[in-house]
Amino acid sequence: MTRYLRLLRVQLRTSLLLAMQYRFEFFLDGFMSVFWTASALVPLLVLFGSRTSVAGWTWPEALLVVAAFTTLKGVLDGAIQPSLGSVVEHVRKGTLDFILLKPVDAQFMVSTARFEPWRGSDAWLGLLLFGWAFHALGRGPSWGGVACATALLAAAVAILYSISILVISLAFFVVKVDNLIYLFVSVYDAARWPASIFRGVLAFLFTFVVPLAVMTTYPALALLGRLSSGRAAGALLGAAAFAWLARRVWMRSIGHYTSAGG
Amino acid sequence: MALAPPRGSPLARAGGVVFALTRVAFAAAVAYRSQFIVWILATNTPLVMLALWSSVSREAPFGQFGQRAFVAYFLVTLVVRLLTGTWVVWEMNAEIKDGTLSQRLLRPVHPFLAYAVDNLAAVPLRALVSLPVALVVVATVARSELTRDPVVWLAVPFAVLGAWLVSFAVMLAIGALGLFWESSIALWDLWFSFYFVFSGYLFPLAFFPSWLGRWVALSPFPYTLSFPVEATLGRVPRDALLSGLGAQWAYALGFLALALWLWRRGLVRYAAYGG
Repeated sequence: MTRYLRLLRVQLRTSLLLAMQYRFEFFLDGFMSVFWTASALVPLLVLFGSRTSVAGWTWPEALLVVAAFTTLKGVLDGAIQPSLGSVVEHVRKGTLDFILLKPVDAQFMVSTARFEPWRGSDAWLGLLLFGWAFHALGRGPSWGGVACATALLAAAVAILYSISILVISLAFFVVKVDNLIYLFVSVYDAARWPASIFRGVLAFLFTFVVPLAVMTTYPALALLGRLSSGRAAGALLGAAAFAWLARRVWMRSIGHYTSAGG
Repeated sequence: MALAPPRGSPLARAGGVVFALTRVAFAAAVAYRSQFIVWILATNTPLVMLALWSSVSREAPFGQFGQRAFVAYFLVTLVVRLLTGTWVVWEMNAEIKDGTLSQRLLRPVHPFLAYAVDNLAAVPLRALVSLPVALVVVATVARSELTRDPVVWLAVPFAVLGAWLVSFAVMLAIGALGLFWESSIALWDLWFSFYFVFSGYLFPLAFFPSWLGRWVALSPFPYTLSFPVEATLGRVPRDALLSGLGAQWAYALGFLALALWLWRRGLVRYAAYGG
């Protein structure tokens, strides 16, 4: 275990050193995140400019969902995507050999290969949005709510990571999957809206196939004190099941890897 | 397959070149169809927005838009977006970075033309995908929501083509900027974030407060999407249609001129690094 912790520290340090070389990118990415976050708020502002509630959500409540979305987006962009994106490249070029040969778990190695702290600036913006939302609500969350929401956000990170692993695993079977990641990110975009606006097919899709509702709406509900403990437990269990599934699929897929030129 | 070198008058030669390029590009589009399908599936924002706004308008219309109007608006938006989507800035960026641009420069065709053919050759496939969406529109909301003015229908193809040309020319310009500046793709990100809000992709532009709407109407963004969409929905009167088309094509040609200028200046600096 300590071996892996040490390894993680080394990997983090390399990523950080790499990132320090691109200071300009930092400002650019930071600027762009502020911009994207602001532009994502525009439809909400337009909407709540003439309505007080939509599908049972008021403006500050919906803002909480956006905050959860933005925080997770930061984790996705800064920690999950950069690492796992490189796996696709490794599989295509056959350089995954070098990772598989190392005497440590390959999934751990590829998952920690690259962090891009600059791209994670959304995570901080998300926390700011949480603050703004509670300011607009005029009251703070309960301690229990915060604890529950934190657990749910951690579960959401696990789900995001697991889905990414599942997508990456496809790289062992299909050649072009880098745009599948792009597809997943575009689907994730729908998580910025409270889940109750979706009905029919989309509601089913976003609860069970890609559990967007669990990722952003549940933490917001927990902060508002409206999430039943049963549903919270269900979400945590679901995330654990997802992670287990991803691990199994990854192990299976690695078996399919045929090295260089494949 | 062997492609005979084009012979005859310059015009016939140019025609032959374009024809050959189109054939190749179409074959490539078909060959990479899975990638294409992923791109189609990733263009799901209009459907999400459709869900959002129809949930908003379920109890009462929002502005001038009832639920049916929103359905029509976002489905037509999806069709126009599918037809006019372009990715040339990514292609240019990658080619400049890894040096494969050199191969393109060796060919006796202006790269802009080759890029344009590349992009347009995918249109038949895109049309095929848009067809079911369009049929849904016709089957459900066409009667009450689409325009019935034949003059407008005559103008719609030009508005759609113009929308493509504006986005394409902007992409060319930003792509050409890649010859000067490594991070030029960030500029595209910036443009795209504006496009997201001001093109009518997320909501009809009429929802902006009037002081902002005035500025938005002057910008190029509505011409890349909202203009053809609103024309199809009969929300652009005839006289506004003509001036709109004029402004749209003026923007397109302006950006194209800018792109050409940047390209010519930039090529001097291009050194095919990587390779």
